Parts: sequence; C-alpha cells; structure tokens
Amino acid sequence: MFEFIVIVFLFLSLILYALMGGADFGGGMWDLLATGPRAREQREAIARALGPIWEANHVWLILVVVLLFTAFPPAFAALTTALNIPLTVMLVGIVLRGSAFIFRKYDSSAESVQLHWSHIFGAASLLTPFFQGVIVGAAVSGQIHVVNGAVTSGFFAGWLTPFALACGVFALVLFAFLAATYLTVETGGQPELQNDFRRRALGSGFALGPVTLVVYLTSRKGAPDMFHGLDHWWAPLLLLATSLFAIGALLGLWRREFLLARFAAAGQVALILVGWSLVQYPHLVTPDLTFANTAAPEVTLRLLVFALGAGAVLLLPSLAFLFYLFKGRRTATQDRPVK
Amino acid sequence: MSDLILARSQMAMSLAFHIIFAAMGIGMPVLMVLAEGMHLRTRQPVYLRLCRRWAHGAAILFAVGAVSGTVLSFELGLLWPAFMDQAGAIIGMPFSLEGFAFFTEAIFIGVYFYGWNRLSPVLHWLAGWIVAISGTLSGIFVVTVNAWMNAPAGFKLVNGHVTDIDPVAAALNPASFHEVVHMTLAAFVATGFVVAAVHAFFLLRDPANQFHRAALGLALVVAGASIPLQMLSGDHSARAVARLQPAKLAAMEAHYRTEAGSPILIGGIPDDATRRTRYAIRIPDGLSILLTGNPHGTVTGLEDFPESDWPSVRIVHWSFDIMVGAGMAMFGLALWSGWAWWQRPPLAQHRWLLRALVAGGPLGFIAIEAGWAVTEAGRQPWIIYNVMRTRDAVTPMPGLGVPFLVFTALYLFLAGMVALLLRRQFFDTDGPAAETAPAETDV
Ligand code: HDD
Ligand code: HEM
Ligand code: HEM
Repeated sequence: MFEFIVIVFLFLSLILYALMGGADFGGGMWDLLATGPRAREQREAIARALGPIWEANHVWLILVVVLLFTAFPPAFAALTTALNIPLTVMLVGIVLRGSAFIFRKYDSSAESVQLHWSHIFGAASLLTPFFQGVIVGAAVSGQIHVVNGAVTSGFFAGWLTPFALACGVFALVLFAFLAATYLTVETGGQPELQNDFRRRALGSGFALGPVTLVVYLTSRKGAPDMFHGLDHWWAPLLLLATSLFAIGALLGLWRREFLLARFAAAGQVALILVGWSLVQYPHLVTPDLTFANTAAPEVTLRLLVFALGAGAVLLLPSLAFLFYLFKGRRTATQDRPVK
Repeated sequence: MSDLILARSQMAMSLAFHIIFAAMGIGMPVLMVLAEGMHLRTRQPVYLRLCRRWAHGAAILFAVGAVSGTVLSFELGLLWPAFMDQAGAIIGMPFSLEGFAFFTEAIFIGVYFYGWNRLSPVLHWLAGWIVAISGTLSGIFVVTVNAWMNAPAGFKLVNGHVTDIDPVAAALNPASFHEVVHMTLAAFVATGFVVAAVHAFFLLRDPANQFHRAALGLALVVAGASIPLQMLSGDHSARAVARLQPAKLAAMEAHYRTEAGSPILIGGIPDDATRRTRYAIRIPDGLSILLTGNPHGTVTGLEDFPESDWPSVRIVHWSFDIMVGAGMAMFGLALWSGWAWWQRPPLAQHRWLLRALVAGGPLGFIAIEAGWAVTEAGRQPWIIYNVMRTRDAVTPMPGLGVPFLVFTALYLFLAGMVALLLRRQFFDTDGPAAETAPAETDV
C-alpha cells in the first residue's frame, strides 16, 4: 500500500517536472531559436516567464531523485551506474542552464554579452532534456541487466539505441511545444509576440506527430515492453484521450483560444506520461528491477508517505500562491524589465 | 590516480564548492530579513535599499547553490552507488525532508525576489522569513545525513544485511546534534564576516556612506552574536568526537600515543612512520584538561587502532588547526569591533578595524572548508563509520578522471563568474559617491 502511494508520488513528480521544468527547458530552446525583428522581445518574454518560477520547477527533479533513492535504493544505484555517462552529461546541462540564466540577468546589458549567455542558456536547454529523454528511454529499453544488485550490462547499454535517441528528440519537441503554448498566454497583450509563439507552438505541435511515430517504430526493437504495452485494454482509450487533447491544443492555437490551448497541451503531455508510467509499471528498470524487488522496508515507506502527505499540505498552497502571484493575473507590465 | 581517489576528489570538490553557496543560502536570507525588518520599523529608506542590494547578490548565489546541489544529489549515486544502496532506506528520510525544505525555499525565493511590487511590505517580509527558515532547515536535514555517516544508528547489520531499520533513530543519531548546531552557526559566522568585509572595504573609501554603515552594522551583529556560540559549540563537537570517533580525534590532535596528561599540539609535522609529531607547539596537559577535565586524564592515541584504520593525520590535524585558528581570529575581530563601538562609535572611523575586517572576510569560509576536511577526511577509511569502507562503495565506472576534470573546470568557471558579477553588483550600480550621508531619498 505505502509502496504504491510512493510510486504514485514518484510518477506525479515526474509528470509535474515535465509540465513545469520541461516547459522551462522549452523556453530555453526558443531563446536559442529567437529570430526575426522581435528576437530580443522574445527573449525578454521568455526570461520574464521563467524568472520567478524556474527554481521551484527544478525542485520536482530533486524530489524524483530523493524519492527514488529513499524508497527504491537499489534501483537508484543501478540507474546511476548503468547510465552514469548520460546522467553526467545531463548534470553539466543543468549546471550551465541555471547559471547562464541568472548570469545573463546580472551581467552587462550589452547586446554581445547578453547573446553570449543566451547561447549557453539555450544550448544547455537543448542538451539537458535530450539526455533526460534518452535516460528514460534507456530505463524501459530492457537492455540494462542487473544481477544480484550489480549492473552486468556495462555503461553503454540501452542509451545509445535508435529508440533512446528518438526518446531524446521526443522530449525536445514535446518541451518546445509546451513552452511555446504557455508563452502564447504569457504574451497576451502583445499581439505580435503572441503570434510569434503561436507559430512556434503550431510548428512544434505538428512536428510531434512524426516524432511520436518514430519513437513508436523504434520501440519495436528498442523497447519491446513498451511496444507491446499498447496491447493493454486501456491503451486505445488512453490513446484516444491523448489525441483529443492534442487536437484540442492545436485547435486552440489555431483559433487563438490560448487558455484552452495551454490547458489541452498540458493535459496532452500529462497523458503521454501517464501512459508511459502505466507501461513501465511494475518495472523500474526493465526487465530486472521492479518497484517490488527494489523497495525499501515498510517502515521507511510508511514514514515517507507521512512526510509526503505533510509536505503536500504545506507545498501545494505555497506553489499555488507562487503561480497565482506571477501567472494568475495579466500583470506582465507591472514587472520590472529584465534589464 | 586510482578511480577511488578520483571519486573522492570529485566528491570533495563538489561539496567544497556547494558548501559556500549553501552557507550563504542560510546566512543571506537572515541578513535580508533583518534589513527589511529594520526598514519596517524605522522607515529609513537606507535599509530597504540595503535589503534589495543584498537580494541581488543572493539571487546569483541561490541559483548556483541550486545547480551545484542538484549535481551532488546525483553524485551520491554516480560515485557511491553501493553506499546509496545500503544507506538510502535508512537515511533517505532526511534527504526527502530536505527536498521539501528546498521546495519551500525555492517557491518563496521566487515570491521574495520578484514580488517586491506584488505583495504588501509585511507579507513580503514574511516571505523572506520563510526563505530563511527553510534554508536553515535544509542545511539541518542534510547535515544529519552526514552525521549518520559518522555515527551510524537506526539499523542492525546481520551477515552484511541491513535489518531493523529505524529512520527516525538514524536521523537522530548521536552526532546529529553537535554537527547541526556547529554547521548552522558556521553559516551565520561565515556569511556575517564576509558581508562585513565587503562593506568595510567600501567604508575605507567613503567613511560617511550611510548605506555601507548600516550594512556593516547588521553584518557584524550577526557575525558577532554567532562567533562566541560557535567556539562553545566547537568545544562540544570535540568532546562528542572524542566519544564517538576516537581515531578521528586522535588525528585532529596529531596524537599517536595513548597517554595520561596529553598535551595539545598546535601545528607541527605529524609523521606516521615514527608516530611522532615534530616541531609542534605544546600546551602540556591541555588535551586531557579539555576532554576529561583532569590534567592527568587519559586520551586515546592512534596507536590503539590498526594502521589500516587511520585517516590522513596531516590533513586532519592541519585542517583542525586552521579551523580553530580562524575561529580565534574571528572571535578577536568580534571583540575588537565590540570594543571600538563601545569606545567611540561609529565603527566607520576605525580605519585599522575596517582593514582587519576586510582581511578577515574569508576566515569564516576557510574555517568551514577546513572543518569539513576534518569531518570527512577524519572519517576515512570509512564512508559509513565502522560499517562500510569508502573503497567498497565506489562506482565500478572507469575513467572517473573525465567527470572530475569537467566539473572542476565548470566550477572554476562558475566561481570566477560569480565573483565577477558580485563585483559588478557592488561597483557599478552602487558607486560609493552615489549615496553619501544626507542624500537618502530614492528607494
Ligand atoms: C565558521 C566556521 C567554524 C569555526 C569558527 C569553527 N568551526 Fe568547527 N567545524 C565547522 C566550522 C567551524 C564546520 C565546517 O561547519 C564543521 C564540519 C562539520 C561540522 O559539523 O561542522 C566543523 C567541524 C568540527 C569538528 C568535527 C565534528 C565532527 O567530525 O563530528 C570539531 C571537533 C570542531 N569543528 C571543533 C571546533 C572548535 C574546537 C572550534 C573553535 C574553537 C571550531 N570548531 C571553530
Ligand atoms: C552534509 C552532507 C554531506 C554528505 C552527505 C557528505 C557525503 C560524502 C560522501 C558520500 C563522501 C565520499 C565517501 C568518503 O570519502 O567517505 C564524502 C567525502 C568527502 N566530503 Fe562530504 N558530505 C557532506 C558534506 C561535506 C561538505 C560540506 C564538505 C566540504 C566542504 C565535504 C567534504 C568532503 C571531503 C573533503 C571528502 C573526501 C574525504 C576523503 O576522501 O578524504 N563534505 N562526503
Ligand atoms: C551530499 C550532500 C548534499 C546534497 C545532496 C545537497 C543537495 C542540494 C540540492 C539538490 C540543492 C538545490 C535545492 C534547490 O534547487 O533549491 C541544495 C541547496 C542547498 N543546500 Fe545542499 N546538498 C548537500 C550538502 C549540503 C550541506 C552540507 C549544506 C549545509 C549545511 C547544504 C545546504 C543547502 C542549502 C542551504 C541550499 C539552498 C542553497 C541556495 O538556495 O543557495 N547542502 N543542496
């Protein structure tokens, strides 16, 4: 029971990380790709959107990590061993992303300096989610083997496959789409900017289709469990629901109903990840490690559930307050300029 | 270099880097809420401006603290998978609580830094308090993990298998109290003195500057209140270490022989081969008095332990002396400041004191780094004291030199940038001439 609750929290944190932290990475990508006469304004809008919330959004990832190593320690040990290389690269990305973002804000406002940081910020925003996708793909690939707690498949298994790389690209496009869609709402009142992001959202939204197809096709060899996961009875229902949200998001963007688009896009991403969690469950690292065979003893899980409950009671209202304060009202003009 | 040494170096480097930002993450919010509170009370604009200026600096520090902390939480697995495999279920709990503390902190950092115009002054101030409290709590939680590595508790080991886990007992292990108190105070001491040094520097150029006077005052209040407590707490830590980890204590004191009437040895060159410490300053019977309260009390030396269980005596002993020396020096600075203020305020006129404060700015951080070297190198060769050896915990991953070099280069770059940007914050936008005494108008 407690184990199950922790698992739910784990997946939930991961989904929320994708919805919030993922969009922040997407913002970084659009910063890198900022073009046209309004490139500077685009960058400023992105920075304004990220400024107050990125640190909080980032903590979902830390929550995933601490939950994983507290509740399923052998799985954490195996993942960090087998995926040592992509995890390390991802960390470099995380360090560069966070610091370049804040350095840009406080460094000289000269165009060249700002651009310099923008490029680092943007490149790191590409690197990090790409490798996050790769890592998640590797965990389901079925190619990481663990015998008696020791990883036997070496340090390259699972993550250099076409499937894992496709997962990386999928994460990129997904986050880019999320970010652009959110930004259409953030730029309400600045029609030209809003248009820029609308076009980007539509483009990446449509690109998601073929990329999903590639992930699906490569999963046949690259992650058979995932491929066959679609045989479950609920799979068509979930697929249908996800597609409805996807269509809703695109339609919303098309018809300039941006609040609707934001809602539908978030729903779409959440459902994709729910589907992925359902297919992954009960495995943590396919095929050898399951939640059950890596779980910490009951005492630990029980305490953890209490802590999670108490934490949620404290955190959710605070988080709601944060978003209400900076996202709830259309107050972009009240903000001090980003410099 | 072996992969074990490289892993240890990478861990040490990452922690030594993170701790600077972590300590500021605990200390700066306290300074900020003090300044903002003074503004709420006195309505003097100088305090509000001070708070905002500090907040600018703190924002940079927080971001780097967050990313370097993230690296650490992964490194626990990337470098020490076997350790996390065993320890996760036992001591993961405080890490999870730490996760919540970070969350609260990160949320209210956003509210605080970006909410100046969106909250009433009192609410804004309260948000600052939440940042300060959750920052301190996250430090407390993570230090209990470290304390557990030094004084493992809350589980039984049967044939190499962990059973009877009690995460609460693990978190409240016998080393938690002294480490938590000592580290939390250390954060206040170090932040207080380094901030005092910055403002003392500007006061040397422009003694009439109200802004820097106010800042120096607040920073010295925090530093001066914590340093005496820190000396007491350090003494308490030393007694606890003598009880819990006698080999570490012996290494701290470079004390090879078990003997009655042990002297305190300051400095010198410990030599494992001859089991003697040469050229040290000796205070006869000092150690016996400090630890047992009796000049003829017996203190265990390293000779009572197999040589394979000795930590590096030189690193531990020298680091310990550096920490204590830095502590004494800061205590002296605090006394001098108090005396100067008592005799002839304001402090800004005491140029020699200002110079000394500038020179003493880094002492707190030197003490923190040295203190952690004592704790961590002194625990060797154990990663979990008397339970798991560090060499048995290291990852099988080869080629650890690469990530070590990459992260070292990255952190050097970050450190340089942070220094540069903080300098900018103070020099550019706050030219000393801009705010000389009476011209206190804008906010
Ligand atoms: C401002 C910083 C600072 C200052 C002035 C001092 N210390 Fe310290 N000390 C630390 C900062 C620190 C630290 C970095 O925060 C450590 C590392 C682990 C810990 O709990 O605190 C530490 C550890 C530490 C330990 C090892 C604890 C353990 O391994 O469990 C001892 C015995 C002392 N200290 C003793 C002292 C004494 C006797 C001091 C002065 C009279 C002193 N410290 C001043
Ligand atoms: C409070 C949380 C901390 C935890 C959980 C922690 C954990 C660890 C671990 C797992 C290792 C590697 C294993 C070993 O060498 O025994 C290590 C080593 C080390 N840590 Fe810590 N550490 C903490 C704080 C710090 C801080 C703040 C510093 C420094 C400023 C530090 C300095 C070191 C050093 C120097 C080593 C290498 C010791 C050696 O190999 O001789 N630690 N720590
Ligand atoms: C192995 C040891 C450690 C790990 C795994 C670790 C992990 C982390 C993480 C993940 C963060 C980022 C939180 C965020 O995103 O806001 C962080 C920040 C922080 N850590 Fe550590 N940490 C360690 C050691 C320490 C130590 C020894 C202290 C101090 C006493 C400390 C105090 C803090 C504080 C106060 C922050 C907030 C810093 C800021 O916002 O600037 N940590 N740490």
